[in-house]
Amino acid sequence: MKKRSLAVIGTLLIMVAIMAFSLDTSKKTVPIPVIKKDSLVSVAAFKQVYTVLMSARCMNCHPSGNVPLQGDDSHLHTMLPKRGIDGKGVYAMKCSNCHQPINTPGLHAPPGNPNWHLPPANMKMVFQGRTPNQLAKQLVNPKTNGNKTMQQLIAHADDGLVLAGWKMGEGRKLPPMSHAAFKKAWITWIKNGAYAPASK
Amino acid sequence: MITLNINKKTYHLDIDPNTPLLWVLRDHVGLVGTKYGCGVAQCGACVVHLNGEAVRSCVTKVSRAEGEKVVTIEGLSATNTHPLQKAWLELDVSQCGYCQAGQIMSAAVLLKENKKPTDQDIDDAMAGNICRCGTYLRIREAIHLASELQGKENSK
Repeated sequence: MKKRSLAVIGTLLIMVAIMAFSLDTSKKTVPIPVIKKDSLVSVAAFKQVYTVLMSARCMNCHPSGNVPLQGDDSHLHTMLPKRGIDGKGVYAMKCSNCHQPINTPGLHAPPGNPNWHLPPANMKMVFQGRTPNQLAKQLVNPKTNGNKTMQQLIAHADDGLVLAGWKMGEGRKLPPMSHAAFKKAWITWIKNGAYAPASK
Repeated sequence: MITLNINKKTYHLDIDPNTPLLWVLRDHVGLVGTKYGCGVAQCGACVVHLNGEAVRSCVTKVSRAEGEKVVTIEGLSATNTHPLQKAWLELDVSQCGYCQAGQIMSAAVLLKENKKPTDQDIDDAMAGNICRCGTYLRIREAIHLASELQGKENSK
């Protein structure tokens, strides 16, 4: 009887050990992009990033309200199209009704992208009006950044809609630096700890 | 050669795939109910349905419509008895009429997705359709009436 009890306990211990080992292995597969902590380098890089995110090409689709912005002066989009639940507009006013898969040629013609949309209603990811401190914190928090991990944030620099900001068609001012310079600053910010500038 | 399905008819057209859908409808197929207004998706006169969405045909290349379902004002109802068409006639909505095909096609998408739209829903859906005669109030009233007519037809 005693031997049988010991055998049962031993088997259970082995099973628990195997489960613990497998859980530990799954944790090890999560990449950790932050390779060093350097708040000065990180904050300096974010200040560059911020100038791009607050430029019309990025901010116009990250409005504080439910109407996208338009133009180099970021005025409310004419016709007042609404965000909708999924960020793709409502009824007869869906983004892709006018915004084609590619830019429509000509001044004042709609720029295009196959994935044209605003952030969804349940996570608006607002840029407009955010201070550097607020925006940096918002960007690193999965609850406010579109559920992105740090690795996914790094990859987001090459997202098709982000890249479209540098190919927005005739007559539209480009972001204040090249995409390569932006990407470098973005990754420098994240890999040095993704620090937020002081709120002052 | 491009194959198009317009108002449930199939067309085979030898045409540049970059041609705007509006040009194809009007000049190649002869469906002139859809109107040219601004040419840059700003006015809504050229709205047609592409797979049920109210696209602006002046900036939509015909290549986007290949193999998809296009419906124009001529195809909204085989007998011109869509609830919106009945309501438009009942309330004499049109003045010059130039924008009205686009207005009706946009309103049709609204009523398909929202059976009982409020004034705010109507404004949200129709804000991109401009009417130089200023028939907006009659358009709004007609959409409410069409909503009622649609409800009665569906309950029969």
